[in-house]
Amino acid sequence: MQIDLRTVSIKPLRNTFDHLVRRFGDKPASRYQEGSYDIQADTNLQYRPSWDPEHELHDAGRTAIVMSDWYALKDPRQFYYGAYTLARARQQEAAEASFTFVESRALLDQMDAATRSRALAVLMPLRHAAWGANMNNTSMCADGYGTLITQPCMYHAMDNLGVAQYLTRLGLLLGDAATLEAGREAWLNDAAWQPLRRLVEKTLVTRDWFELFVAQNFVLDGLLYPLIYGQFVDKHLNAHGGAGVSMLTAFMSEWHDETRRWIDAVLKTAAAESAANQALLSDWTRQWRGRAAEALSPIAQQALGASAAEVLATVEQSFNDRAAKLGLTL
Amino acid sequence: MSNVFIALQTNEESRYIVEALLEDNPTAVVDEQPAMVKINVPGTLVLRRETVEEKMGRPFDLQEMQVNLITLSGHVDEDENEFRLSWND
Amino acid sequence: MDMSVKKKLGLKEKYALMTRNLGWEPSYEKREDVYPLLDYEGIKIHDWDTWEDPFRLTMDSYWKYQAEKERKLYAIIDAFNQNNGHLNVTDARYINAMKVFLSAVPALEYNAHRGFARLGRHMGGVGPQVACQMQAIDEMRHCQTQIHSISNYNRFYNGIHDWKHMNDRLWYLSVPKSFFEDACTCGPFEFIIAIGFSFEYVLTNLVFVPFVSGAAYNGDMGTMTFGFSAQSDEARHMTLGLEVIKFMLEQDPANLPIVQKWIDKWTWRGVRLLTIVAMMMDYMLPKRVMSWKEAWEIYFEENGMSLFKDLARYGIKVPDCVEQIKKEKDHLSHQAWTTFYAAAPMTNFHTWIPSDDELDWLSAKYPDTFDKYYRPRFEFFREQAEKGERFVNPNLPQLCQVCQIPMLFTEPDDPTQIAYRQSEHDGEKYHFCSDHCQHIFDNEPEKYVEAWLPVHQILQGNCFAEGDDPSAPDFDPIASVMKYWHLENGRDNGDFAGSEDEKNFAAWRGMTTSNT
Ligand SMILES: [Fe+2]
Ligand SMILES: [Fe+2]
Repeated sequence: MQIDLRTVSIKPLRNTFDHLVRRFGDKPASRYQEGSYDIQADTNLQYRPSWDPEHELHDAGRTAIVMSDWYALKDPRQFYYGAYTLARARQQEAAEASFTFVESRALLDQMDAATRSRALAVLMPLRHAAWGANMNNTSMCADGYGTLITQPCMYHAMDNLGVAQYLTRLGLLLGDAATLEAGREAWLNDAAWQPLRRLVEKTLVTRDWFELFVAQNFVLDGLLYPLIYGQFVDKHLNAHGGAGVSMLTAFMSEWHDETRRWIDAVLKTAAAESAANQALLSDWTRQWRGRAAEALSPIAQQALGASAAEVLATVEQSFNDRAAKLGLTL
Repeated sequence: MSNVFIALQTNEESRYIVEALLEDNPTAVVDEQPAMVKINVPGTLVLRRETVEEKMGRPFDLQEMQVNLITLSGHVDEDENEFRLSWND
Repeated sequence: MDMSVKKKLGLKEKYALMTRNLGWEPSYEKREDVYPLLDYEGIKIHDWDTWEDPFRLTMDSYWKYQAEKERKLYAIIDAFNQNNGHLNVTDARYINAMKVFLSAVPALEYNAHRGFARLGRHMGGVGPQVACQMQAIDEMRHCQTQIHSISNYNRFYNGIHDWKHMNDRLWYLSVPKSFFEDACTCGPFEFIIAIGFSFEYVLTNLVFVPFVSGAAYNGDMGTMTFGFSAQSDEARHMTLGLEVIKFMLEQDPANLPIVQKWIDKWTWRGVRLLTIVAMMMDYMLPKRVMSWKEAWEIYFEENGMSLFKDLARYGIKVPDCVEQIKKEKDHLSHQAWTTFYAAAPMTNFHTWIPSDDELDWLSAKYPDTFDKYYRPRFEFFREQAEKGERFVNPNLPQLCQVCQIPMLFTEPDDPTQIAYRQSEHDGEKYHFCSDHCQHIFDNEPEKYVEAWLPVHQILQGNCFAEGDDPSAPDFDPIASVMKYWHLENGRDNGDFAGSEDEKNFAAWRGMTTSNT
């Protein structure tokens, strides 16, 4: 029997789940709230992890940062899985259209040989840096505490993989498998890329997941994306017939702007929590900023030649301003 | 020989996939359940892109099947043209 | 201009460039520091590059297809909720199956999410890492789509208003909780055998295919959609589980005994966990698609066994526990439902005595056992209820130290005798429901002595509501434990007959056929 129930108006017994009522009051909850708050078990955890017997399965003690409530670290985008995938699918459609457009109009042919090879020399090794970022964000999801922070780290990791794959497609469009191989070779052996690879490998052995968040998402990508996609691709290449490349990396620039809002919100909240957090976050930022600036310098050189130092200084300056706005002292 | 199987949500798109499966796998047996259709085949099952395209009358990417797929059993081997399930016993 | 003719790359080649080609051997840091979890379980992998990717999904197609699934799913959930679809289910008893589902399953999905994130970072090659990462994000999807689909039931019916709180505390929910916490605290290789292989491949079809098909049959389109939609990701996950097992077995013959031990252990752990699904299928779906036993025969005996036959070429043997499992399929659901019926005051869903035609259906589906062992029990329960003396088990049950299920299972060869096993460790006695749970304990006693057994915890005084004073003269321990669980006595628990759920459903459905 199928009855039309649309016309029946009945009064629900309750608005939402009790744990959300306790947090937000007795009103209907959003899908972000239902799918994120208090979802991770934090009570009566059983068995010690064989891979980390010092801690419980989910344990706030895997970072030196201390929060009285880890669910204070709200994602301003309010991404739950559905909202996240829909957002990315829309961007993917736009990216797909760009690839088709650039290919059909042969836009990449507007670059001269030197510009083209410079574009590849700078962008191809970054596939590997993006893979490092993917591993680190996956790690933060595994080790972090509270779904509000671990969830966006997993989305971020998949985005990092997406970036590596967009770069791969770009390489295949501009060149072929050998082009990717040359980038890989540079990543492994070229002097200019070794400081960055050393830095990325250092992040891969960094065990405090919040420090990793600072190192990877805030500092390294906070300098790398503005430098490479903002300055090199969108300004430099664009001015030298590389508008096609700029279209193909639009995802990266847009993504950096979007995810920045999340990263900033996390850091701001964590720094405001206590003087100890603020000091630790400032300290981590300072240390990793030094290393990252050093690692990016030879790459900026390769990308921008004579203007490298000046551009890098601008990028660093705006990074410092950003850090200051978040309440960090560098 | 053990059966491999694939189960799809009952809907308009799956109809064509099922038709293609039946054409490409003469030993296939259809098992209709509420809201789902399960295809059992002894040994090996093959879904060919071309056959699906013929049935649908439009280009079809085999990965599109993900959207209507419920479950499967057997070793998966997939390329642009064929999706294959098999047991090695 | 580029005049060279590009070689068109095939799907496999292209996928390799999109994934495994991204990784590299570290040289500034030691490999064992970058991947510190690969050695301690004794699994030997010599060449991660021989990993074969079964599904070759890049992120662009992942986003595209998953978004399409999500769009469809939420459109149906929205329509179902806006149209009061809950009043279209066969009868309100059905909703209790959803209560069990929400109380138990999203928390499992969540732990699968975190567990696969760990593997996504710590597996030793890009291929398996990416596959594990996709599973990690998929599992988040399952957790959330389940909550979102069932959330509307919470607005109209009792029992699941504080599901997450209960999941970490309520007695029967320690069964699923401990299962996944057990798996997540294992090393990465055991975890993926436990979840990716034993649970996903051998067992989840039983939850998501016949049960979800049953939801559709009972008019619950929301559940049908999230269930099938989740299972479509599961197809990728099962394939990952199978690839991993083949990979381990091909890498080194020394892996075989370790893998076999894990398969034996986790097949049994999983089967014990599914006891509750058996009960949901046979007792909680008002309209039934197939019996638990039939589902079991298709998805475990037929499908699971073809898998084991396939793996025989590596030397993998069918787990010993399968013999016992075969004997139990005629008993499992009945033993579970009678236990829950007798424990009705302590559960967050309602129970009932099956109607006459349901009893007849059970007799027909279980001709060798139902009339002989179980129908008399239900008839006894009914007589008691009619006399106003509703049967309730007055004791807190003893729990198995490993699966944490009350001692309700009978001896494999004597359905009149409850099975008890016992081991000693460090001068303490531990109790088990079966040889197989005992065996699991005996292999790893240090792990399983750490179990958080709800009944023990209650008896030790660890489960009273905050602020209650057990030494006070008017202290009511049962009431205090219920308060600790956030169980609303008289609303969430007890018989379906006479419940607020029953009355509301009848009244609301009545409004659809009258004009008042
Ligand atoms: Fe799942
Ligand atoms: Fe047990």
